[in-house]
Amino acid sequence: MKKIALAGVVACLAASPVLAQDFSAQLKARQGQFRIMALNLGILGDMAQGKTDYNAEAAQSAADTLVAVSMIQQGPHWPEGSDNFSIDGTRAQPSIWEDHDDFLGKWADFGEAAKVMQAAAADGQEALGPAMGQIGGTCKACHDNHRAPEG
Amino acid sequence: MRRIVTILAVLGLCGLGAAWLITAPDTLRDDAMAELTGDAARGEAVFWAAGCASCHSAPEGDDPLVLAGGQAFESDFGTFYAPNISSDPQHGIGNWSDIEIANAVMRGTSPDGAHYYPAFPYVGYARLEPQDMADLAAFLRSVPADATPSRPHDVAFPFSIRRAVGAWKVLYGSPDWVMSDPAGGELARGRYLVEVLGHCGECHTPRDALGGLDRDQWLRGAPNPSGKGRIPGITPDQLDWSASDIAYYLESGFTPDYDSAGGSMAKVVTSFSKLTGEDRAAVAAYLKAL
Repeated sequence: MKKIALAGVVACLAASPVLAQDFSAQLKARQGQFRIMALNLGILGDMAQGKTDYNAEAAQSAADTLVAVSMIQQGPHWPEGSDNFSIDGTRAQPSIWEDHDDFLGKWADFGEAAKVMQAAAADGQEALGPAMGQIGGTCKACHDNHRAPEG
Repeated sequence: MRRIVTILAVLGLCGLGAAWLITAPDTLRDDAMAELTGDAARGEAVFWAAGCASCHSAPEGDDPLVLAGGQAFESDFGTFYAPNISSDPQHGIGNWSDIEIANAVMRGTSPDGAHYYPAFPYVGYARLEPQDMADLAAFLRSVPADATPSRPHDVAFPFSIRRAVGAWKVLYGSPDWVMSDPAGGELARGRYLVEVLGHCGECHTPRDALGGLDRDQWLRGAPNPSGKGRIPGITPDQLDWSASDIAYYLESGFTPDYDSAGGSMAKVVTSFSKLTGEDRAAVAAYLKAL
């Protein structure tokens, strides 16, 4: 009898449709890394615009942090089915999975731009603007295809 | 009785005739471009300010100067595909004269004398300075040729009747300036950049049932025609960024919180980043003055 019940449970489990999975940990992780980027870009961008005084040490720490973020492996943050057509709470377009090499290439471009900032951050306020521009270009290049508008 | 039928028939024919005349494609004077010599280098600045690449660049690939067309624009009336405007003589516009390009851009009328659909923002472009138009034409001839054929629009009846676009143009084709009296040169330049070249209202202003811009709601935000979400309102009561925040966003794509532009606006920033700082400041001044 127990065996039959067990077989029944196994059969039910095997036959149950795939439910919408809970990706909240992955969303928090990937959105968190972008928040870290934004906070540190804010330190650098406000100095570049003259909204705050230039401070070489703070600029270097922010740039180092951007490089550190760029080194986080992306795979675990982006499970299949966590796009904005499948779940709420994300603006990640399905194109991230459909053209994954393009997505990873654009992430790598951010890493290169972050290294340029890392090399320039301590060189004075004037060096920040162009490096910010380069990083901003890599953000846009990816958002252009892979991120949906707000709302 | 017979007389009434005749009168009605005559009136009906007159009506049809009038409708046919009213919906005829409009063109510039034949010699409108004759005295002008385009400068491609100046035209590149017009090209970026007019955002041509945002729609006409190939959907695949990262070079905004490959103007092969092919991007899809969904709407309530069907799906429009941006055509090839590269310098290819067969599939692009390489063989077009200045006046043909000008009639397309400023009147929405093709070299064959057909109406373009107003997905092409010629209503705003109608106020292009003639010299800017000549410079833009010169620049368009200098971009690389691409032999991708333009994809036909996917528009259902009755919107598939091109002639009906003529009636649309009668309704919406020649609006007044939204900012009727700009105070000073910077605002006048900002008005030209926003209302004419940048055609910001095409996305940021809501439309009525016939697809005309509801200009009373100018730049107050609108549903996203091509997908999820909403295009934000950018009037001062809806966007509390400073003028320098707006200018920096248009240069770098970074919001004051250092989030970064997405979707179609990423393409807009790519174009605006190539303008001068004075032009970005003029756009910001215009938005703050609304």
